Amino acid sequence: MSTGTTRTAGVVVVGGGQAGFSVASTLRACGYAGPVTVCAAEPHLPYQRPPLSKKAHTEPDELRVSLVPESFYAERDIDLRLGDDVVALDLAARTVRTRAGKRVPYSHLVLATGARNRPLPVPGADLAGVHALRSLDDALAVGRALATARDVVVVGGGFIGLELAQVARARGARVAVVELADRLLSRAVSAQLQEHLRQRHEESGVRVLTGTAVHAVEGTDRVRQVVTSAGILPADLVVYGIGAVPRDELARDAGLAVDDGVLVDEQLRSVTDPRVSAVGDCARHPHPHAVGPVRLESVQNATDQGALVGRRLAGQPARYENLPWFWSDQGAVKLQIAGLRVPSDEVRLVAGDTPGRLAAYAFREGRLVAVETLDWPAEHLAARRLLDRPTPVLADELTGTTLGGLARARRAAEVPS
Amino acid sequence: MPTVIFQLPDGTERKVTAASGTVLMQAAVSNGVQGIVAECGGNASCATCHVYVDAAQSELAGGPNDVEDEMLDFTAAERRPTSRLSCQVQLSDALDGLVVHVPEEQV
Ligand SMILES: Cc1cc2nc3c(=O)[nH]c(=O)nc-3n(C[C@H](O)[C@H](O)[C@H](O)COP(=O)(O)OP(=O)(O)OC[C@H]3O[C@@H](n4cnc5c(N)ncnc54)[C@H](O)[C@@H]3O)c2cc1C
Ligand code: FES
Repeated sequence: MSTGTTRTAGVVVVGGGQAGFSVASTLRACGYAGPVTVCAAEPHLPYQRPPLSKKAHTEPDELRVSLVPESFYAERDIDLRLGDDVVALDLAARTVRTRAGKRVPYSHLVLATGARNRPLPVPGADLAGVHALRSLDDALAVGRALATARDVVVVGGGFIGLELAQVARARGARVAVVELADRLLSRAVSAQLQEHLRQRHEESGVRVLTGTAVHAVEGTDRVRQVVTSAGILPADLVVYGIGAVPRDELARDAGLAVDDGVLVDEQLRSVTDPRVSAVGDCARHPHPHAVGPVRLESVQNATDQGALVGRRLAGQPARYENLPWFWSDQGAVKLQIAGLRVPSDEVRLVAGDTPGRLAAYAFREGRLVAVETLDWPAEHLAARRLLDRPTPVLADELTGTTLGGLARARRAAEVPS
Repeated sequence: MPTVIFQLPDGTERKVTAASGTVLMQAAVSNGVQGIVAECGGNASCATCHVYVDAAQSELAGGPNDVEDEMLDFTAAERRPTSRLSCQVQLSDALDGLVVHVPEEQV
């Protein structure tokens, strides 16, 4: 793109993950002609995280998690700078500074820094054989350790922990999941589904210890055992997933408003500086389906928010109101969520036509607001289509039919054939 | 190595070669074919890898499996008789020259 004309500073994206990639690729897809720079801390091409906890990886080339091949960036004139993280933002001068000491000017800055794992706050957490699982490098380390591990202790009964527990089972290890709360996925899914999930995990041979605290990890050179409130568990590999915190410190240090995530408006612009946007795991945003500003950690949220900002900067502004959705593959169990549920919603559990298929419909004031499904992808997709429409789904409409049935009936009524 | 042709909604065409045994979705994504979103990475969970197999070849490519068939009722773009989820189509030498059309929207 050497047209001879002076280039403006263009868009600088901090973070080369799912959201940062979405910003850069959307800018080009929408015809944005200015410079696009992506500053990425990790040495790898932007990649997807979901496979990291769902597959038993051992070799880098087995992972194949890159979102697109390297040529994609050159072909679209995206300046992808790997392995040099941004260490400071200068909002007045409109530049960012990287660890290597480079200053990159911007006309618009997009923060897509994601989240980091909450560290395991017990003695021994730094022993060899104790791993977090967020990055590709983490996944490779866990994959290598699984080759010889006999006793795996997973700390945290959330999505990542349960997925990894199934991977470890499939690799032949004995697996215990230790969860502080009384239930698995205690905040993420409705109580009605939690028991079914637990049963499925136990059937596959995973030992589930809920209401159990981890006190310490012990070993000499490397981990040997985990001390819990329910006793001592032998362990040659410990993987923990106890939640993530947004990486919003760059924003905070630069003086942008931050509250467990960079605070943005409905167009995903910083509420402090309209020349800065934030997308993905690091952003806290208003959403028509939520009560207050929310911060969501999902591929859908990262992809859609990145695309919204990419389109906006290419001249097509919009409000962020995409339906949130999420999936988690836990061994043979496929859990999917559409919409946003709050604890006070009324939940109705519905069994599918084949064994093992379940749906939990969540209603607020008689209207469907969220749907969780187990092993029922078609029902999940139907939920997404129905929740995305302005016409609400009322509780009464779902007596004697599923969402799939309702979606088909509504469509037939729309388009008579 | 079978060659597959992706016809994109903007009228352009992408020719991609992939090893036998590769799934169609993977062949698209690893070659940067736009319009195959594949959010779930090929686990038949998202229906964002929807394609229309060229009508002349739809028998060759075969029909959807049961879960896929149900999911195809809820894709973002309309379902047609030749609709498939590309993550459920495995390439083989018999599919050399396969032509698929990428729909306007996936999500
Ligand atoms: C193991 C795992 C499994 C998951 N499974 C699912 C799933 O099944 N379904 C689902 O919907 N979601 C899943 N998620 C969540 C999903 O991956 C995230 O929500 C999504 O990746 C968020 O995208 P992001 O771009 O905001 O952040 P990230 O993808 O985390 O990318 C942020 C990037 O920014 C970089 N960065 C941070 N600070 C700087 C800096 N100062 N300078 C330069 N670069 C910086 C980081 O190194 C990182 O690469 C999973 C997450 C993990 C960790
Ligand atoms: S990639 Fe998700 S269904 Fe095919």
